[in-house]
Amino acid sequence: MADTEKIIEIEVLRYRPEQDKEPVWQSYKVPFTDDMSVLQGVQYIKDYLDETVSFRWSCRMAICGSCGMMIDDKPKLSCKTFLRDYYPGKLRVEALKHLPIERDLIVDATDFITKLESIKPYIIPKEERTLAQGEYLQTPEQRDMYEQFSSCINCMLCYAACPQYGLNPKFTGPGILALMHRYNADSRDGGQAERNELGYADEGYWGCTAVGYCSEVCPKGVDPANAINQNKMNSAINYFTRFVTPGGADK
Amino acid sequence: MEVYKADVAIVGAGGAGLRAAIAVAESDPKLKIALISKVYPMRSHTVAAEGGAAAVTRPDDSLDHHFNDTVGGGDWLCEQDVVEYFVAHAHEEMVQMEHWGCPWSRKEDGHANVRPFGGMKIERTWFAADKTGFHMLHTLFQTSIKYPSIKRFDEHFCVDLVVEDGRVQGVVAIEIATGEFRLIQAKAVIVATGGAGRVFRENTNGGIVTGDGMALAYRHGVPLRDMEFMQYHPTCMPRTGLLFTEACRGEGGFLLNKDGYRYLQDYGLGPPEDKPRNKFMELGPRDRLSQAFWHEQQKGRTIEGPFGSVVNLDLRHLGEAYLRERLPQIYELAEEFMGVDPAHTPIPVVPGVHYTMGGILADGKTASGLPGLYSVGECSSVGIHGANRLGSNSLTELIVFGKVAGDEAAKFAKATSISNPGAIEKQADAIQARALGIVNKADGTERIAVLRTEMAKSMESGCGIYRLGTTMQETCNKIDELKQRYKKLKVDDKSKVYNTDWLLAIELGYLLDVAQVIVYSAFNRKESRGSHQRLDGYEQRDDVNYLKHTLAYYNGDGAPRIEYGDVKITKSKPGTRAYGAAGVKADEERKKQGAANG
Repeated sequence: MADTEKIIEIEVLRYRPEQDKEPVWQSYKVPFTDDMSVLQGVQYIKDYLDETVSFRWSCRMAICGSCGMMIDDKPKLSCKTFLRDYYPGKLRVEALKHLPIERDLIVDATDFITKLESIKPYIIPKEERTLAQGEYLQTPEQRDMYEQFSSCINCMLCYAACPQYGLNPKFTGPGILALMHRYNADSRDGGQAERNELGYADEGYWGCTAVGYCSEVCPKGVDPANAINQNKMNSAINYFTRFVTPGGADK
Repeated sequence: MEVYKADVAIVGAGGAGLRAAIAVAESDPKLKIALISKVYPMRSHTVAAEGGAAAVTRPDDSLDHHFNDTVGGGDWLCEQDVVEYFVAHAHEEMVQMEHWGCPWSRKEDGHANVRPFGGMKIERTWFAADKTGFHMLHTLFQTSIKYPSIKRFDEHFCVDLVVEDGRVQGVVAIEIATGEFRLIQAKAVIVATGGAGRVFRENTNGGIVTGDGMALAYRHGVPLRDMEFMQYHPTCMPRTGLLFTEACRGEGGFLLNKDGYRYLQDYGLGPPEDKPRNKFMELGPRDRLSQAFWHEQQKGRTIEGPFGSVVNLDLRHLGEAYLRERLPQIYELAEEFMGVDPAHTPIPVVPGVHYTMGGILADGKTASGLPGLYSVGECSSVGIHGANRLGSNSLTELIVFGKVAGDEAAKFAKATSISNPGAIEKQADAIQARALGIVNKADGTERIAVLRTEMAKSMESGCGIYRLGTTMQETCNKIDELKQRYKKLKVDDKSKVYNTDWLLAIELGYLLDVAQVIVYSAFNRKESRGSHQRLDGYEQRDDVNYLKHTLAYYNGDGAPRIEYGDVKITKSKPGTRAYGAAGVKADEERKKQGAANG
């Protein structure tokens, strides 16, 4: 790993609502070493070139979900995207697509958070159990049924990737649908019927047009497209069993 | 200013704050809870904890074992009655987390699995692969959504506590999206803002870990206890300081020097065996392992390369499949950040600052001396970590004492009422004016990043793994100087919407106060204990003079006033702290003595 200092050009899409009518590109020259992430590049800008550039970040290790941005038009976590991969060319960073820009690289997360809160993202116990009775038993195989979908870090890259969400912000969207599936697929949970109202609505699973870009950009391998697909299947079965089961399915 | 009237306000929505909020909500659904966080809750730094959470689980384990490991691991600076409460309530909190959906890793029979961890005699660390903190945080956050009485103030930055009539009665926060101030009135306030690792340069902590709550409580006269004890985690990524969990060693990883030699055997931790053995070698405590690295470096036995001086964390013998199952995040970090495939190449590692053992002085029920103020989690010193925290005790602390803090604050809030709303609002206005003063200053010249970097460098040289009176004195002087220069800080950004420049400036003020406490506390402790090790004539533990808690009091513009407090000893008299074969021998002797004393 060579350590000689090189200079890379980073263009940042600036937007300061108190002074800018519309977003404008601003260019910075940043010295970097090969181990530096795009986040570190943007931090360098803030520390030494322009204190007014605003962005979210915290853990630096791809687990807190704060630092997602469009990097050369692809949604990525800036902490695990490296400057060396763009050199000697320049790179362009801007706020995540499909979400309103609040300022510079910061998007409005309200829609995502509201949807997260709406899907009952907690265990609705299939059977009650007291603490004295100890833990619910769950085999490693049962855990595997939902583990992948519990790994979502809420970074919203999949929302920036999803063309459907871009067209129709009412669509629940990949990350939240995967989270819904995470609880439905948990052997301890009995809340699927309650959640299906949302899942089977037009904005739920069926709002997805199966492009699959969400799974491609997911930095944690959650594979929301797979979660949605499994539920489209369930939903279809559910639809047909309604006609043959007294009282409908889901019971 | 907009006013929100809560019964209980909680500052910080990481593991501790969320657990406390749920406890308040469950104790009485009529209590209004304001949960204030400068980030969305799931960004809180609990998210980065990897290895696991300790609770006595196996039939061959006992509460006494967990107690003894914790108290010995803390070099006898723990509050022993509080540790007793802690170990007794750990397991039920793990089960509670399980009921709330935490994806604990399982055994074939469906029960939660446990793994070995450093300094622990028996395997008792509950884990969710190597993303335990992440899963606990998301489980708590998502569960908290069930409770309508929890009103969240996400991305609200707390600038001060409101103290009126000798007790805390609210907080003032900036809504980051608009720059508007909010007064959150409350009968009780729980501070759960996490540690202060960001006063150092190479550290495992997120950017948000800036000691906010510690500094706020301290400025209101609440002492910070035992702040000289900063934990260096022995296995971090060079330069960035990112963490490679202790579970790497719990699962069987080795630490090797440049000769491929397991050097820990030279530091009282051997003999080495092929399989991990509890409290031996790589499963020794963090302070000892970080100190061993320092000695290896002095002896010229570290590996010199593009990353500086490193040792190797060797996981190759565990095989790719096992690593992907047990340590998937570690695998990713090594591959993506360093270009190292740990199944085939050892990972270069160095010690890095990881955890603040000390914190806001709290009694065993998380209450401070300031009525209505509670603290919990890394920002707090409830007394279980002493001079060195054992890995996997801190996640457990969040939930055991998060519940206690919630219950206690709820009780306090129900028994009291807001005394003088007019005076409180007046105070809030003054707080707002002070916070705006930082950004509106006309004659500032100092740069935030420059002061922050000078602070971190100086702290690293004065308060490193080994410490000297002379360098600590230099750091005391440096931090004093930086606090003066901070008054001339220049904030370029004058806007209101997401003005992160302004927030960084306020955070720097918190960091400098905490840094000053750390170095003055360290300078005054003339002994070596746990993570505080001196090389200038104070190499030994001195129980005669320093079996004491350091208490640092705010002293305006001057250096903190340092006092000392007693340590609560219930059943474990200070003894020899030993690991490896020497530890087994020391245990036997303690047992014999115990038997002889009846």
